Amino acid sequence: MARQKQNTAYRQPATSRSAIIVYSIAAVLALAGLADALYLTVLHLTGQSAVCGGSPSCSQVLASKYAHIGPVPVALLGMLGYFSVFSFAVFSIFNNARATVLMRITVWLMFAAALVLLYLQAFVIHAFCRYCLFSAAVTFLLTGLVVAIPAQSLTPKARP
Amino acid sequence: MRPLLPLGIVAFVALVAMGVGAMLYHTYKPQALTISKEQAVIGKPEKVHARGAATAPVIVEEFGDFQCPPCGAISEPLNQLERDYHNKIRLTFRNFPLANHQFAQPAAFAAEAAGLQGRFWEMHDLLYREQTNWTKSTDPSELFLSFARIVGLDTAKFQKDINSNEVKERVAADQKRAAELGVHFDPDDFC
Repeated sequence: MARQKQNTAYRQPATSRSAIIVYSIAAVLALAGLADALYLTVLHLTGQSAVCGGSPSCSQVLASKYAHIGPVPVALLGMLGYFSVFSFAVFSIFNNARATVLMRITVWLMFAAALVLLYLQAFVIHAFCRYCLFSAAVTFLLTGLVVAIPAQSLTPKARP
Repeated sequence: MRPLLPLGIVAFVALVAMGVGAMLYHTYKPQALTISKEQAVIGKPEKVHARGAATAPVIVEEFGDFQCPPCGAISEPLNQLERDYHNKIRLTFRNFPLANHQFAQPAAFAAEAAGLQGRFWEMHDLLYREQTNWTKSTDPSELFLSFARIVGLDTAKFQKDINSNEVKERVAADQKRAAELGVHFDPDDFC
């Protein structure tokens, strides 16, 4: 029964060419964000945040109390976010409507998180980490993609 | 077959990410936290800043940078460790100012200048405690002077010593020691 349901999902019509381009761009952006977040996570876990890119501002941000939630580094959450967006984008290319919805939700959540982190850097820590700014830029671009492209044009159309 | 393709792509990226992460982790993880007894020779007593019993079985040799936030973060826990295990642990401090920290070297000079008047640890603690303030200053030398007053130094001597060759040589000797032990980052603590 479950397999039948899964097969039905994949029997939807092919995703339009423009949608495939948009999902591909989203996947590439998510990969860039994933690489950035992965690097920051490793720096955090190995305690090397002091030499973050040779910038004192970076180490101020990464060594601050806002760089982790309990024992979990914020960068690790970013990694999970970018990996999810990448996965959803790939599944969307292959015409999975549910993945498209999940991608939009994840990107909006990450956008909100990026705003909070930017606020903390600007007004609380008073220092900017270039890797965090890169991550915020990637998230904004992903949000831009989600906002600029109307939902219906990204959702696979029903076969006539 | 087609339904498996996206899954395969996602799994492939997950594996690559884990592989790269593991490689980076291995690269950045401090490799040697324990040094041999021979390497642990810490020089003439007057040349090394140490606190704790001289006969303590455990010697912690810290390479620190006064402008580095993680160094500041571990400063108080290390002090607490020394207070809790006074007879069992000896803390030593070596200067390792990173080049990317603009005021790390002047701060190291300030600490060493205080050391010439026997107040190294007082200045050490104050520099870490006030780290968030002086690191934001455009010229922290005035603040260092006020710290000298706070810890009870002869400020005229302090101002003279902070630019002296003796102080610079002490910092350079610590950096040489760091190079010998293969210290690249800080804080680095050896036991």
